[in-house]
Amino acid sequence: MNEPVVRISGLHKKFGDNHVLRGIDLDVGRGEVVCIIGPSGSGKSTLLRCVNMLETPTGGTVRVLDHELTDPDCDIDRARTRIGMVFQSFNLFPHMSVLDNICVAQRKVLKRSAEDSAARARQLLARVGLSEKEAAYPAQLSGGQQQRVAIARALAMDPAVMLFDEATSALDPELVGEVLGVMRALADEGMTMLVVTHEMGFAANVASRVVFMDGGVVVESGPPAEVLGNPREERTRRFLASVRNH
Amino acid sequence: MALTRRQRARAFRYGVYATSVAAVVAVALFVDWGKLSGALFQWDLVTEQFPEILTRAARNTLIFTVFGFIGGLGMGLLFALMRLSSVRPYRWFAATYIEIFRGIPLLVTLLLLGFGIPIATGWRWPNPYLQGVVPLSLVASAYMAETIRAGIEAVPRGQMEAARSLGMGYPRAMATIIIPQAFRIIVPPLTNELVLLIKDTSLISVLGVTDATKDLARFGRDGVNSSANATPLIVAGLVYLAMTLPLTQLVAWMERRTKAASR
Repeated sequence: MNEPVVRISGLHKKFGDNHVLRGIDLDVGRGEVVCIIGPSGSGKSTLLRCVNMLETPTGGTVRVLDHELTDPDCDIDRARTRIGMVFQSFNLFPHMSVLDNICVAQRKVLKRSAEDSAARARQLLARVGLSEKEAAYPAQLSGGQQQRVAIARALAMDPAVMLFDEATSALDPELVGEVLGVMRALADEGMTMLVVTHEMGFAANVASRVVFMDGGVVVESGPPAEVLGNPREERTRRFLASVRNH
Repeated sequence: MALTRRQRARAFRYGVYATSVAAVVAVALFVDWGKLSGALFQWDLVTEQFPEILTRAARNTLIFTVFGFIGGLGMGLLFALMRLSSVRPYRWFAATYIEIFRGIPLLVTLLLLGFGIPIATGWRWPNPYLQGVVPLSLVASAYMAETIRAGIEAVPRGQMEAARSLGMGYPRAMATIIIPQAFRIIVPPLTNELVLLIKDTSLISVLGVTDATKDLARFGRDGVNSSANATPLIVAGLVYLAMTLPLTQLVAWMERRTKAASR
């Protein structure tokens, strides 16, 4: 197996007395799509947020490429340019046009020229099917369109791994498909992805590996056919039954 | 005869109207209008105020206001950022500063800095404008710091997270993502503070000002002294209104617009 892009080992996170992550070990190889599923409160979003240090782990290490993010000497800002993140609530910058949303970090962080960053932004907008919206402001877009712009914004930094934190949970049901479509295309192109999701269909069809978390630990992990189709653990079976029963 | 509830309410309302009209008529009848207008609004004294009240007094009021506002905004932004800093001494310093300068009347600050420090140290203000602008900025910055802090805190947390996740450092994320959005939110309260500042400049007149640095209030007061008539102060008040009314109307318009937009 090739050198993993993300290497998480012995990760703990406490919020006060609340022990949210209780020792997580997880590697994500190049081109792998790892879907993390589990009940709410299981710590899956916290785990994702620890990968780019939006939450500071209480213990353990997180390594992305050759950046040891948990090392106090790590240049977090530089490491984050290699880690794209897509949020549940989109978090587009409302005071900037779609094009500027995608260009601002390219220019200010990567120091790309205005022409280069605009060219890259247009290329990515075409890829997410929103070329005609480059002058629009986020408030003028639907949730699905906003999330596609947010994906383009993260891709503009040429990240080595993309993190998706329940990227479709805030969307109206009819808009979920367009975002999942973009994510699936991304996976097909070989992007390394760590995806926290409630979309079992996406996990079943796109994931190279499914990780089931509960109570701050990884309960079970493996190919989707095994974890989703024939789970070994009773907790996994109960969770899958509860999400399929509505 | 029993009245219905609605009839009683109507009768009460007519009673209030009738009493108000009677009061206005009584005032109109008993007041000596000739004497009153002679003392408050004598036309030749009105024209006498011009053009100096605009070219000198209003100009000075504007100078104090503009520089007081710029100084207050700059320092206010600094104190707001210190208040939100993760460095504890910065937070303490800013919080203490804000409490002190919001808790002391501007008049006392003006007197302390304008007279107290020169008397105590022998140091002299190099410029009579600075003597007014510096205390005004110090006090204004304490109020503005709280307004700006509220604006920054009103920007959703996800904005900072998105900016940081793109590799922006905290200062850059603040400058390009958070503060522009915060200022959009606080334009109406900031404009209100500008209006307060325009009026507060009148307190600067307690410092011994030279003829050249007289502001509107001092100009009006000196006019009253020399003419033994209140007209100059009335005119000064009208000039203040000419500055403040457009601003308060602007705030009202902005608030109506945001209300309509959020509907």
